[in-house]
Amino acid sequence: MTTTVPESQPRSAHQHGVRRIVLPVAVVLTVLFCLAPILWQLLTSFKTDAAIAEIPNVYFPRPDQLTLDQYQKLFERRPFFNYIFNSFLVSLASTVLALGIGAPAAYALARLKLQGERIMLAAVLIVTLFPPILLFLGLLDIVRYFNLGNNYLSLIIPYTAINLPLTILVMRSFFQQLPKDLEDAARVDGYSTPRMLLDIVLPMTIPALATTGILTFISAWNEFIFALTFITREDLKTVPVAGAQLGGASPFEIPFGPIAAATVLGTIPLVLLVLFFQRRIVQGLTSGAVKG
Amino acid sequence: MDKKLELVDLRKQFNAKVVPVKNVSLSVGSGEFLTLLGPSGCGKSTILRLIAGLEQPTSGQVLINGKDVSRLSPGDRNIAMVFQSYALYPHMTVRENIASGLKLRKTPSGEIQTRIQDVTDFLGLHDLMDRKPGQLSGGQRQRVAVARTLVRRPDVFLLDEPLSNLDALLREHVRAELKQLFGTQNTPVVYVTHDQTEAMTLSTRVAVLNNGYLQQLDAPERIYMEPANRFVAGFIGSPQMNFLQVPCESRRAIVGNHPIPLPRGANMPTEITLGIRPEHVHLAQSDHEPALDGQVFLIENLGMHNLVSVRIQGQGEPITVRAIVGIEHRLAIDSTVRLAFPPESIHWFDVSTGDRIQTASDSTSVVSPSVTPTSVTS
Ligand SMILES: Nc1ncnc2c1ncn2[C@@H]1O[C@H](COP(=O)(O)OP(=O)(O)O)[C@@H](O)[C@H]1O
Ligand SMILES: [Mg+2]
Repeated sequence: MTTTVPESQPRSAHQHGVRRIVLPVAVVLTVLFCLAPILWQLLTSFKTDAAIAEIPNVYFPRPDQLTLDQYQKLFERRPFFNYIFNSFLVSLASTVLALGIGAPAAYALARLKLQGERIMLAAVLIVTLFPPILLFLGLLDIVRYFNLGNNYLSLIIPYTAINLPLTILVMRSFFQQLPKDLEDAARVDGYSTPRMLLDIVLPMTIPALATTGILTFISAWNEFIFALTFITREDLKTVPVAGAQLGGASPFEIPFGPIAAATVLGTIPLVLLVLFFQRRIVQGLTSGAVKG
Repeated sequence: MDKKLELVDLRKQFNAKVVPVKNVSLSVGSGEFLTLLGPSGCGKSTILRLIAGLEQPTSGQVLINGKDVSRLSPGDRNIAMVFQSYALYPHMTVRENIASGLKLRKTPSGEIQTRIQDVTDFLGLHDLMDRKPGQLSGGQRQRVAVARTLVRRPDVFLLDEPLSNLDALLREHVRAELKQLFGTQNTPVVYVTHDQTEAMTLSTRVAVLNNGYLQQLDAPERIYMEPANRFVAGFIGSPQMNFLQVPCESRRAIVGNHPIPLPRGANMPTEITLGIRPEHVHLAQSDHEPALDGQVFLIENLGMHNLVSVRIQGQGEPITVRAIVGIEHRLAIDSTVRLAFPPESIHWFDVSTGDRIQTASDSTSVVSPSVTPTSVTS
């Protein structure tokens, strides 16, 4: 040990120096690349109309080019909180449903020796390969048939269905890596099956549920085609549709400012959600159950 | 009341090909420590899971204190089990882990407190009670898993390879601890391992299993001194016993230049399997001793002794005999040695069945009745 350390020091110090520069630069570039459109929207939503229209583009607005007018205009023209509420309700309901149906199904697929298990899994997988846009004409007919147009259910049901396969596949692989010994130990301890699922399995499953739940929630929140087609009543619209349909004072004006404000407001709930659940998603909750 | 566990003709068949437990019968009484010993995949864990009720037997019965529990769920059998992975609930503290089984049985909370107190005193767990399993070392987790079974005061303790996840030094330490600990419990213990040292040191009796069959059920000394068949003889003891298949002539086995008289149990075979442990083979002192001439081709240092592999030319293929020889003999590779087999240390086995052939030095009831005749694989 002591003989090798001085030898390797210069080299590792050099490597360290390179890392110290390259790593942050790479991080900054990657983050910029990913966030640029969002940052642009954020910036636009705080600029005055004049600054938005100005050529060349204003990247660094002067203080007199900054304003909250765009948000004010947005709320004057449209009941935007209403849209957020609709989106929230629909997304939450389909997330809860997808988890409530998908997790038990995944558990059964992972733990029970079911006949035709492979066929079921193949079917689930094939459904995920279907582009939803191919389904939507058929779905429109179904929605009409059941008279579900302009009803939250017309969104909640398809969103749940579309997200179920992913939920099942992800949760199944999670349950498969969950040590079976724990459930056996619980049964020897005297837990009945429902209590075992509730008291032992569920607490260990929360990180996986949070992760898949967030994915479902985001995909439901951002969905556009179904929401555009199945909902026409103004007070039932969701954020993406309402944002896209923001009109100007005249047909020839594109209201860039309010659209940017709508985008920002529509994204904030998702950001908050992910930040809130981040702590829950921390991996390694099962560590310590079995020898690590 | 005396506690007792009995398995009656227990069989488990997973599918047409996989039958890990084949008609095993045995019983374990109060204060007995029975070890199920056998190679990986021989069905040890499956037997334990059948006793626990985690698997249903295809046929046969599990009796606890004389009562058939084969149809009861694990929670109703009053057994406690230590899993190989310890299986501590990761989201509960050590205290909750230990208490969970008692709480579910609606034990009064005062009683739970005193029992937990007793066990934590016993195992020295005081400082760990409010930690989660993730914050414990491997050895500590193991103790918690043991504590969780002890508080239950069950009718049977089941342990599935509880030491295999510990490092070697700790394993030796915990092994001694387990022996003392379960010695005080006065409850049947069934312990599963593939490690013969664990089996020999811990058990009052050892059940050797192979291929789902019970091969021999005896005290550790007997298993070593009088293995019931070739499989047991080869599985127990390290380094492994030497086996020589030798021709017989007029009640004598022809081994090298000195015929060895066959045991009285043998009835005129033409061939017989001779078994002798490396620690019993020694260098011939005189020319009168029955001995084999051979050439050393490998010397392995075991510390106090050398394990010497010797090639012996016979009529057919050369055979290899391994012997433990004191280092003072200073053998060299390619040197010629004469190996002597003390007659009292020789084990004889039937060539076709592999069963032990009784010798004069055997205790009276030699072959355990539980041995199945078709059980030998070689
Ligand atoms: N649930 C099961 N389904 C099918 N085969 C199994 C099952 N459990 C164990 N087996 C098989 O039974 C045999 C014995 O397993 P086990 O009792 O775990 O052996 P070990 O002696 O190593 O503990 C193995 O071949 C294993 O693959
Ligand atoms: Mg096993």
